Amino acid sequence: MNNRTVEIGVGLFVALGIAALFMLAMQVSNLGTFISPDDSYLLKAGFENIGGLKVRSPVTVSGVRVGRVAAIDYDDKAYEAVVTLRIQSRYDDFPEDTSASIFTAGLLGEQYIALEPGGSMENLVDGDRLQLTQSALVMEQIIGQFLYSTSASKPKE
Amino acid sequence: MLDTLQNLGKATLGFFQRLGRGHLFLLQMFATIPGLLMRPRLILTQLYTVGVLTLLIILVSGLFVGMVMGLQGYNTLVDFGAEDSLGVMVALSLVRELGPVVAALLFAGRAGSALTAEIGLMKATEQLSGMEMMAVDPMQRVVAPRFLASFISLPLLAAIFSAIGIYGGYFVGVDLLGVDDGAFWAQMQDKVDLHGDVYNGVIKSVVFGFVAGWIALFEGYDAVPTAAGVSRATTRTVVHTSLAVLGLDFVLTALMFGD
Repeated sequence: MNNRTVEIGVGLFVALGIAALFMLAMQVSNLGTFISPDDSYLLKAGFENIGGLKVRSPVTVSGVRVGRVAAIDYDDKAYEAVVTLRIQSRYDDFPEDTSASIFTAGLLGEQYIALEPGGSMENLVDGDRLQLTQSALVMEQIIGQFLYSTSASKPKE
Repeated sequence: MLDTLQNLGKATLGFFQRLGRGHLFLLQMFATIPGLLMRPRLILTQLYTVGVLTLLIILVSGLFVGMVMGLQGYNTLVDFGAEDSLGVMVALSLVRELGPVVAALLFAGRAGSALTAEIGLMKATEQLSGMEMMAVDPMQRVVAPRFLASFISLPLLAAIFSAIGIYGGYFVGVDLLGVDDGAFWAQMQDKVDLHGDVYNGVIKSVVFGFVAGWIALFEGYDAVPTAAGVSRATTRTVVHTSLAVLGLDFVLTALMFGD
């Protein structure tokens, strides 16, 4: 076996291995959808109940993904959850009275934050806090309300 | 009664002796690695026999494992209307588990057994003692390059296995069964984490490469220098490497994903 074959073979093998690792990193994992801190800004929003929202959950406007949840904390003064949103810089045109709601994708899907732009002339800037928020729907509460309303309406029949 | 006890004691002592010899062997080999790095050509040749020649079986098995997972996963997921998650399922199982583990098992069968047989035969035909006579350290000249080659090859092979498996799943799922192309990749990118999943898979395959190389070379070096001894050592390499890989996989999984 001559040297050239060996070297070409090893070169090909290593190149293929690195290409595979690169493919796993870029194409398969979430690195491709990573938002760099330089290219984004932060907004905060307080929610009474965040349900199953997690760090890295998507943030959408009209169904288009514009960012991700960067952090979730509990504010023990206001008794509410504070969610930090990382929004891509090119979507920097949200009015001050934009509202945030937590929705569920599909019946059993993951939860995400949907922003709805308001009508104010002033725009949100880095570090601002969204004033209008709507908590996640918790299944038990809905069922509880439903049972309560049906049992309350029964005697009238 | 006493004979049974004696046999038990003998077996235990033999086991620990082998374990000790195995670790001494590893230390001796590590000591020769700095000198070996001055002569990369030795490693290069071994990379060819250990890595490049194993590539074909890795490519074919990876492709077929991915295709089968695409097929089976689709049949189950379609009942729940969740066939869009096929990409996530294929990618996560390949990157986390099947890539490193199956690549290591194939590696033990294809390259590990060959390494053991080669070194065992070198010992049986007294080539290793011959080298010592000529003041060539067989550890540095023969053993360490093969160890480094397996250590380098297996992570690359496991990554190739996972990548080609995902394309196999893509081929069956998207091209043959009609899963949505965008959903396949988008859900995969959404759920597969670079640190949590891809890096941990690579760490696993690095550990497996270390273990597979160590077991194969030690079995060869420690083989009884006869035809039967070499044959037993080769069998032991495959069995022990497979057991070690599966056992370590459980431990590593419990550490990485157990929480």
